[in-house]
Amino acid sequence: MFSIKIQTAPFSQKEIKQKLPAHNCGAIVSFIGIVRGFDEKEPLDYLYLEHFPSVTEQEIERIIQLAKNRWDIQSCHVIHRVGNLKIGEEIVLVLTAATHRKAAFEATEFIMDYLKSEAPFWKKEFFKNGQSRWVKAKQSDLNEKGRWSNND
Amino acid sequence: MIKIRYFGFLKDILQIEEEEIIWDKGNSQDLLDFLRNRNASWSDALAEENIFRLVINRRIIYQSTPIHTGDEIAILPPVTGG
Repeated sequence: MFSIKIQTAPFSQKEIKQKLPAHNCGAIVSFIGIVRGFDEKEPLDYLYLEHFPSVTEQEIERIIQLAKNRWDIQSCHVIHRVGNLKIGEEIVLVLTAATHRKAAFEATEFIMDYLKSEAPFWKKEFFKNGQSRWVKAKQSDLNEKGRWSNND
Repeated sequence: MIKIRYFGFLKDILQIEEEEIIWDKGNSQDLLDFLRNRNASWSDALAEENIFRLVINRRIIYQSTPIHTGDEIAILPPVTGG
């Protein structure tokens, strides 16, 4: 089973886990990304996340398909929040189930690396001093994606 | 007419979320060239490094693609999700 959700509301990892098929599944790996309180030295007030409805979902679907082509995964659920998010709130969940742990670990990491550098989301930081700025894409994220292959 | 939508920091820097322009014919590269030729601000904002992908009718394109009247185009800056 595979699912993609973009939502403003908080998510529950427990609910997703209950939906996973137990049959032939020996490993579940999940990653949760949360809002950091500081970017460089400026204290953050909150983060705003923008996306492109329907196009973002398509792109995540493509990323999951790339992972399915490489690893034998039974299940993958991606939830990404948008809108205003406070420090410490959960932004993203990637949960992957596979027969063996290596596939689940690697597929989860692959999906996160691709999500960060390919899925249409844009973060804007609102600082406690009243200033705001759009987050710039990081070369390090591109490098993380690049290590999987140069052909995807 | 075609509709153009802007996302992320492009919206702020260009001070526009969407617009409609008359478009006879040309491809996605022609459209970018046309927009860059408006003035120096547009040329700077739409510099190659500031554009991640173009989307035509809600489909991401990976190479220069013809644009027809009635199409909706979106210009996506580099992404920062996750």
